[in-house]
Amino acid sequence: MRFRARSTTAAASNDLTPMIDMTFQLIAFFMFVLNFSEVDQDERIQLPASELAKPPETAPELPLTIQVTQDGTAVFAGQSLSLAELRIRLRKEAAILDYLKKSPTQATMIIRADAATATGRVQQVIEVCQSSRFEKFALRAKQEE
Amino acid sequence: MRIRHSVISPNKIELQMTPMIDIVFQMLAFFIMTLKIVTIEGDFSVKMPPDSPQEGSLEDQMLPPMTVRLRADSEGELAGIQFADRDFPSFAALNQYVIQLVGSDRGPGSMADTAEVELDADFFLKYRYTMDAITAISGYVTPEGEVVKLIDKIRFSKPREGE
Repeated sequence: MRFRARSTTAAASNDLTPMIDMTFQLIAFFMFVLNFSEVDQDERIQLPASELAKPPETAPELPLTIQVTQDGTAVFAGQSLSLAELRIRLRKEAAILDYLKKSPTQATMIIRADAATATGRVQQVIEVCQSSRFEKFALRAKQEE
Repeated sequence: MRIRHSVISPNKIELQMTPMIDIVFQMLAFFIMTLKIVTIEGDFSVKMPPDSPQEGSLEDQMLPPMTVRLRADSEGELAGIQFADRDFPSFAALNQYVIQLVGSDRGPGSMADTAEVELDADFFLKYRYTMDAITAISGYVTPEGEVVKLIDKIRFSKPREGE
């Protein structure tokens, strides 16, 4: 029995419309969730959770962020510092604010401390800030799920 | 003179999809790469002027600062909560006590407005317990999801010797 080979001359054409639809939807999704704001999150810090932690309605004036890692190291402007080094850095920051005709009392020190770090270490960091004339603090926590 | 009409092809006009798909996939790759998953964070504002025992002037203070004493065990875990000379088994109990203490009075000059709480924690107490104490004192969330503030003047005592 002979089988005749079936040949076709038409080029195979896939319908690309669903794929393009889906891709545009993905692009739209990622564009909406894209966050260009500078977040000072550090993967070393696991913030404590609080049910009252709501994002502030207005951004703090002159924010300066200090992170305190689990082992108690203070991280300021991306650098791990001892308390003595932190004191020197903060005095420089205060001098810069004075030069800009702004008082350190106007600045808000955002303290991002790890949930497992010692409370005493956070208090020491706050004392160092106070010695550099900073007096407004924002203790940061993550929103409880 | 004969005008030759343009020949209309009966075939469909094929659009070149390849460049568009290329750029669309590049955009998609860019947005996926730049995606940052950010957890929602909030702040507890604390105003602590240096060398000042209390926030505000003495005239503003209707009550002396109440102290929340948080004790830690050798592992840094919470060993005890004390507030206004009373022991509390949990932060929920502390929160209930503060709700009773402050009551529903929220106006100027009220207890919620004037009271100040000082946190006195052991040096090695894990910070999450301190944050739990701040949460218990600061307010609570109603079943409707509304945040009710209690005492928002919170300060730290001097760090206890521990190192």
